[in-house]
Amino acid sequence: MSSRFREHLEEALFPPLVALLVALICGDLLIMSYGQSPATVYRLLLEGTWGNAYGFGQVLYKATTLIFTGLSVSLAIRAGLFNVGAESQLAAGGFVAALVGLGLSPSMPGILAIPLCLLAAAIGGSIVGAIPGWLKVKYGAHEVIVTIMLNFVVLALLNYIVAAKIHVPETLHTPEIRAGGIARLDSFIPAFHGSAANLSILIALVTAAAVWVYLFKSKRGFEMRAVGLQPEAAEYGGVSVGGIWMRAMILSGAIAGLGGINYVLGYKQYYEEGFAGGAGFLGIAVALVGRNHPLGVVLAALFFATLSQGGLAIHAFVPKQMVEVLQGVVILAVAMSVPEVRRALRQARKPVAA
Amino acid sequence: MNPFDFLTQTIRIAIPYLFAASGGVIAERAGIITLSLEGYMLSGAFAATLGVHYTGSPWIGLLTGIFGGLVFGLIQAVASIRYRANQVVVGIAINLLAIGVTRFFLKLAFDSSSNSPRVAGLGGNSAWYGFDNPLLWMGLLVAPALGFILYKTPFGLRVRAVGEHPDAAASLGIKVSLIQYISVALSGMLAALGGVFLALDQHQFTDQMTAGRGFIAVAAVIFGRWDPVRAALACLLFAAAETLQIQLQGNQFIPSQFVEMIPYLLTIIALAGVVGRAVPPAALGKAAE
Repeated sequence: MSSRFREHLEEALFPPLVALLVALICGDLLIMSYGQSPATVYRLLLEGTWGNAYGFGQVLYKATTLIFTGLSVSLAIRAGLFNVGAESQLAAGGFVAALVGLGLSPSMPGILAIPLCLLAAAIGGSIVGAIPGWLKVKYGAHEVIVTIMLNFVVLALLNYIVAAKIHVPETLHTPEIRAGGIARLDSFIPAFHGSAANLSILIALVTAAAVWVYLFKSKRGFEMRAVGLQPEAAEYGGVSVGGIWMRAMILSGAIAGLGGINYVLGYKQYYEEGFAGGAGFLGIAVALVGRNHPLGVVLAALFFATLSQGGLAIHAFVPKQMVEVLQGVVILAVAMSVPEVRRALRQARKPVAA
Repeated sequence: MNPFDFLTQTIRIAIPYLFAASGGVIAERAGIITLSLEGYMLSGAFAATLGVHYTGSPWIGLLTGIFGGLVFGLIQAVASIRYRANQVVVGIAINLLAIGVTRFFLKLAFDSSSNSPRVAGLGGNSAWYGFDNPLLWMGLLVAPALGFILYKTPFGLRVRAVGEHPDAAASLGIKVSLIQYISVALSGMLAALGGVFLALDQHQFTDQMTAGRGFIAVAAVIFGRWDPVRAALACLLFAAAETLQIQLQGNQFIPSQFVEMIPYLLTIIALAGVVGRAVPPAALGKAAE
């Protein structure tokens, strides 16, 4: 193993490990405040998630959306942009996919209908991503604030359209799509019966691989990372920083938008108000813990999905809200330890002054 | 529509925004990005409810509420100043943490996943339209007071110096980190008062009762260009739009979702510089070395 690779690996792995330790200790305290035994509760948490097919299916289902939103946030960060808008990009993607699925003929074969719906989801998300990109490049408006504000605007707009135009009476969701549904895993593997896991997980993994190739093996990805590290130097080197930022926000939005297929095409077959349910914000946590690397994002998405599903498994003993506290603790601990670990490691590696 | 009702309702709706936006202004003027106002408000509301529930005194609740905001403010301060964590991430983490912590302890203390029992409040004589509540008056005075502190006192000068030119401030002997710690702690306590007002006004804590008000306050800070009084005017403007929507309800004049968008759309437009550019403090988000 080359020493540079090892240095990168250490810088990437230490913060999440520190965070896990801190979270375990906080978890212990919370569990004991409820008069329960931490060992029992943690065992239940693992058994309810990785210990049986249904629980594992739910973990896969929850991880799928998080892989998309985590990749979305990571790609933007690699270009030096903080996309806090994955939540509304996800919702818009699911919404447009549902619209297209509603408009297609039920006789259309999946091989045609599914790609059309995927494209629709990506376009829906990329439109919402393009707005902050354009406002940043054209007017210098900071993307963090614009994406936060746009979340509220887009979600309110979608709620209005669904409530006023196309909802099924007495519900907050659209009618079921007529074509473009993605098969559930339990139709191949009966053990997954009842869980929402579906083949979107494969599309998520393919997207992760594609993001890896794009970022680390293509010229455009190299330019994007150069802009993320040193925008002035990249501009001087002949790269159009504005163009790259625009591209990054469109791609980031498209990936978050694709996440909408997991719920809309794979699980419920309709768009429902509020289906994103914070998965866009959790995507920031996934990107952070996954150190903005596609492989790290997949692992971090599984981790956060395990926590979220694990909350349900322990609910009889400790309120499931415990895992929400732990999510917050993990994010804080990773955010705090990243600069600290980097400094400590660099200090330790420095050759002793002669 | 009665203009008197309109005015009093606008003010009552604006009070939580006024507290939280003032908290946002002081921390951001000291250079710390503050997206955690929502979390401060929520923890303030919950801690206040606990305080009133166990002592029966709304005044003790006021103090415990401020303390709740202080705790989360100090988490933000330690993470962003001592550990130089990304301030946007810290803000988002604090909001998640506040939701989780209040839900967990709501279950632990009151065995409920939705709301606390009824607690005593301040004021409440209906003939006064809410103006017999001392917290309401505090809310109206907080922005002018903060404006005075920021522009007329040595401490305020230091806060502004730290947020604009931390290196220059440090070279003049100002303790940059100390000023930032104080500003962020004040920010947590001020925003928490917004939550305290909500909880005492509704006589209970309900899950996620701040419902995005912290983000409206963030919008007001930016729309008010990081100035306490202009941010307060933005709060009143946003509250007036809400009041209009409530009073026109059933009228189907404008769908409520479009009224909800107003603060956020105005802020985006302000950021894009269509009507006068919103320029943040120069060192906002850059942790001092």
